[in-house]
Amino acid sequence: MSGTNGQNPDNIDYMTDTRAIAVGENLPGCKKRDPIVVADNVTRNFGGISAVDVEHLEIPRHKITALIGPNGAGKTTLFNLLTGFDTPNSGSWTFEGNNIAGVSSYKVARMGMVRTFQLTKVMGKLTVMENMRLGAANQPGERLSKALFKNIWGGREREITKHADVLLEKFKLDTKKDDYAASLSGGQRKLLEMARSLMVRPKLVMLDEPMAGVNPALTQSLLDHIKNLKAEGMTVLFVEHDMNMVRHIADWVVVMAEGRIVAEGPPAEVMKDPAVIDAYLGAHHDVDLGDAEGIRELEAELEADEESIVGTEDAGIIAPEAIEARLEEEEGK
Amino acid sequence: MDFGNILSLALGEIVTPTTAAYALAALGLAVHFGYSGLLNFGQAGFMAVGAYGFAISTLTFKVPFVVGLLIALLSAVIFGLLLGVPTLRLRADYLAIVTIAAAEIIRYIVTTNTLFRITGSADGLSTFQREFDSFNPFPPGTYIFGWSNRDFYVRVVSWLVVILCAVIVWLLMRSPWGRVLKGIREDENAVRSLGKNVYAYKMQALVIGGILGALAGLLFTLPRGSVQPANYATELTFFLWTVLLLGGMSTVLGPIVGAMIFWVVLSLTQNLLAGLIESGAITFLSIVQAGQLRFILVGIALMLLMIFRPQGVFGNKKELAFA
Ligand SMILES: Nc1ncnc2c1ncn2[C@@H]1O[C@H](COP(=O)(O)OP(=O)(O)OP(=O)(O)O)[C@@H](O)[C@H]1O
Ligand SMILES: [Mg+2]
Repeated sequence: MSGTNGQNPDNIDYMTDTRAIAVGENLPGCKKRDPIVVADNVTRNFGGISAVDVEHLEIPRHKITALIGPNGAGKTTLFNLLTGFDTPNSGSWTFEGNNIAGVSSYKVARMGMVRTFQLTKVMGKLTVMENMRLGAANQPGERLSKALFKNIWGGREREITKHADVLLEKFKLDTKKDDYAASLSGGQRKLLEMARSLMVRPKLVMLDEPMAGVNPALTQSLLDHIKNLKAEGMTVLFVEHDMNMVRHIADWVVVMAEGRIVAEGPPAEVMKDPAVIDAYLGAHHDVDLGDAEGIRELEAELEADEESIVGTEDAGIIAPEAIEARLEEEEGK
Repeated sequence: MDFGNILSLALGEIVTPTTAAYALAALGLAVHFGYSGLLNFGQAGFMAVGAYGFAISTLTFKVPFVVGLLIALLSAVIFGLLLGVPTLRLRADYLAIVTIAAAEIIRYIVTTNTLFRITGSADGLSTFQREFDSFNPFPPGTYIFGWSNRDFYVRVVSWLVVILCAVIVWLLMRSPWGRVLKGIREDENAVRSLGKNVYAYKMQALVIGGILGALAGLLFTLPRGSVQPANYATELTFFLWTVLLLGGMSTVLGPIVGAMIFWVVLSLTQNLLAGLIESGAITFLSIVQAGQLRFILVGIALMLLMIFRPQGVFGNKKELAFA
């Protein structure tokens, strides 16, 4: 896919655009060359605890930004605030230069800022296809005054259905399209929700743990799909705990801990940042647990680590021998 | 005991204007709850608003029939907006509480003696149906089941209205507009995240269901030629919910068939019990007690239905599997 389309006046291929994302140094809250979202002093307290306390945050346009951080860091809460699903104690933020603090969630979505939920929300008693159609915009038949007249909305309905078919195929849900969404598995619901959010061709899509529960083979193809969204001129912001995924597709990583932005930068750089390692990754983050080599490395490190049970007789199934044996078995298949 | 007579009485219930009124009001509830997930426990209030709106404007303000009809419907719209504006942004249960209270408020208002000259207080109002009767195209005589021309006329009008409304609701619910409503029923935040103004849709659904309720109120009172507050008590709302559950919630035919079943069962049990008492087969019940017993039987029937066919007569079993 090429980056040339109507939304791209400069004729830049966003897939290969290597211009610097930040202006100046990659510090927490740094300015971006071309931000799509700019947030200032956004705070949200629940009782005594401050769930979100973001001084300044800019999300780069036409890039894939990962938002990472430990459980309870405030990532979902920040999503809720930015999309109007929750009200902050203070703060303001803009989307494409428009102030959208206090704007209701459906208007935010209509402006092109569409989000998915960590706890998936599918309409169980509608079919997968109806779920998809519901995601579409500009369907005149959604107005009460036109709903009775199929000749008015029938044409648009066909376009929507065609678009939905394409997306469902990409997300491997095409065989399920006439089933009730409630009959989908957990991972399939994640996929449906993500596909549905793309029905409007949003400008910014915000995915809250899109790959949680999706099997590795499909994850791979979906990662490619997310990358390709960039080529279509979309901006992606996603929350993810899987560092491999972050490394593979993110152009930029924002790290949150205890409600604050603690680090920002390109993935490789962020993962070396002591503050991040401290807050999130732990000491053994750079080990690739997918291959035997990595496991031996980890073993060496852990054996040196006093607090680890590896290398003692308590290791059990997490003992390197046990894991290696299983990996070999899988590779043999 | 004349079984033939009992049976024909029961079958006659299928097409009475009262059955039509129940069907229409329950159709309104289907729009509210079955399609949009709105818990309206004040449908009797909407019916009362329609009936009194028409009766008062006809009697006190001497407006022509059509104007009275429009006023009745407009009153229902306003009533719906009054209920919806404060509650539809809140959780679903708030609407339930507010509607049940509002329906009672309406009933108390029309019962107060202070308003006797306008509402007729507990006696209610009557003789507002003359103009409606004057439209009767059928010449005097007996029709089909020995109905008079007026009986026939009110039945034809009632069921035409029900059919027309059912077709409109069906058309609405298969449209993208209806899809948004069903989405809201399932998860309103998800629908919000897709850029739909959930509040506006809920309001539209509340008002449309309310209009159906008001029309039902008219179907209920015009044939009787009288409107009394006692007819619009909370139990009416619960009978309508019974009808809705009987027939199936998210269907158009469900409420209609539910209303028919409801009235046939009521009539059968009433007349069977009365027959048994008269013939001396049952001695431990009076006729009055039998009248009360039949509602107990309806309750039992409803329980059995919920156990063995929880989706209602016309409901979709598959949908229920995911409840
Ligand atoms: N509705 C709520 N009421 C009270 N506290 C809340 C609420 N929502 C979130 N919190 C608190 O706010 C903090 C941030 O929660 P949030 O859901 O944003 O975390 P997160 O970064 O998304 O975590 P995870 O990675 O586990 O999804 C947590 O401490 C949580 O307990
Ligand atoms: Mg979260």
